[in-house]
Amino acid sequence: MTRIIVVTSGKGGVGKTTTSAAFAAGLASAGRRTVVIDFDVGLRSLDLIMGCERRVVYDFINVINGEAALNQALIKDKRVPGLFILPASQTRDKDALTTEGVERVLDELSEEFDYIICDSPAGIERGAYLAMYFADEAIVVTNPEVSSVRDSDRVLGLLASKTRRAERGEPSVRERLLVTRYAPSRVGRGEMLSVEDVQEILAIELLGVIPESTTVLNASNSGMPVILEARSDAGQAYQDAVARFLGEEREHRFLTEKKGLFGRLFGGSSA
Amino acid sequence: MSFLSYFRSQRKKNASSASLAKERLQIIVARERLQCAGGPDYLPMLQDELLAVVRKYIQVDRNAVRMQLDQEGDCEVLELNITLPDDPETSVRVR
Ligand SMILES: Nc1ncnc2c1ncn2[C@@H]1O[C@H](COP(=O)(O)OP(=O)(O)O)[C@@H](O)[C@H]1O
Ligand SMILES: [Mg+2]
Repeated sequence: MTRIIVVTSGKGGVGKTTTSAAFAAGLASAGRRTVVIDFDVGLRSLDLIMGCERRVVYDFINVINGEAALNQALIKDKRVPGLFILPASQTRDKDALTTEGVERVLDELSEEFDYIICDSPAGIERGAYLAMYFADEAIVVTNPEVSSVRDSDRVLGLLASKTRRAERGEPSVRERLLVTRYAPSRVGRGEMLSVEDVQEILAIELLGVIPESTTVLNASNSGMPVILEARSDAGQAYQDAVARFLGEEREHRFLTEKKGLFGRLFGGSSA
Repeated sequence: MSFLSYFRSQRKKNASSASLAKERLQIIVARERLQCAGGPDYLPMLQDELLAVVRKYIQVDRNAVRMQLDQEGDCEVLELNITLPDDPETSVRVR
């Protein structure tokens, strides 16, 4: 059975596209046939993060409008077998997305793929609504910061009411939390909400914590999903999250700062 | 004040930044959940005032008073949970 997963948050710039690319590459590396769809019509960026921007010929909207066949628009990743990208249109606007059109494309993809990852745009308008509407599972990407947590809570409300599963009274969308851009040193100093704080407020299962890391920017500069940077902290944190997603038990790493001499001297008992 | 305790007190002062964020979030989120539940718009105020009344007699947390609006058949049910400190068994439930 194909699983449709939405990567969503409400707020922009929190790491949805980074996460979509990482999860898609991670699931494909684990042998699952995976396609990742950019729902950010007009502001596409997934192709850049995946490093396939020069191979975009047709896009999601072309397929919805019947201007191209699905296999003409799908881009096969050159690094990971079984990984495909369906890019967004750069020239249309979000009204080009229709419920029927999205459903038709998802149905067709379901015949081929184990996982369909929907990279949601920011906001709670049409693009974000359609990205979550058909989902079986949601990865709620949240930064440890007031407005991001608040927006995530609103998105949880929408997942519980505005999805196909909710409307049909089917079992609800499985929601899991991914805290990203986490800076343990700032949490330790009491400047940043801790994972426990965020989890207590949102009250959903924790899938993982991705540390704030310069590797993420470097990876996006070179068009490489950060999960493939196997030695970096962010890459490993994403690998753990994907493994948990697939049902493995893994301890959370990168929750505390690696202490230098100064930290050990003045760290006190709390860390 | 010793050198070390200076640093420790700096840490304490900053500690309020994250806890302030958490407290604000708990309030915002509780309000928005009530509003999204499609309830009447006096619910957040009702919740605030109930909390104030409880706090006149018992020292409780901000989130000790929880309200939830449910639909049971034709009936709308306002569920009110007040958790008293220390002894969770004494939670009072009004329906
Ligand atoms: N863990 C991280 N550490 C550092 N920077 C990050 C991290 N995650 C995301 N970023 C940066 O944040 C910005 C927004 O990320 P992006 O994935 O495009 O967010 P969204 O899709 O939610 O708008 C990008 O510049 C990205 O490099
Ligand atoms: Mg994005």
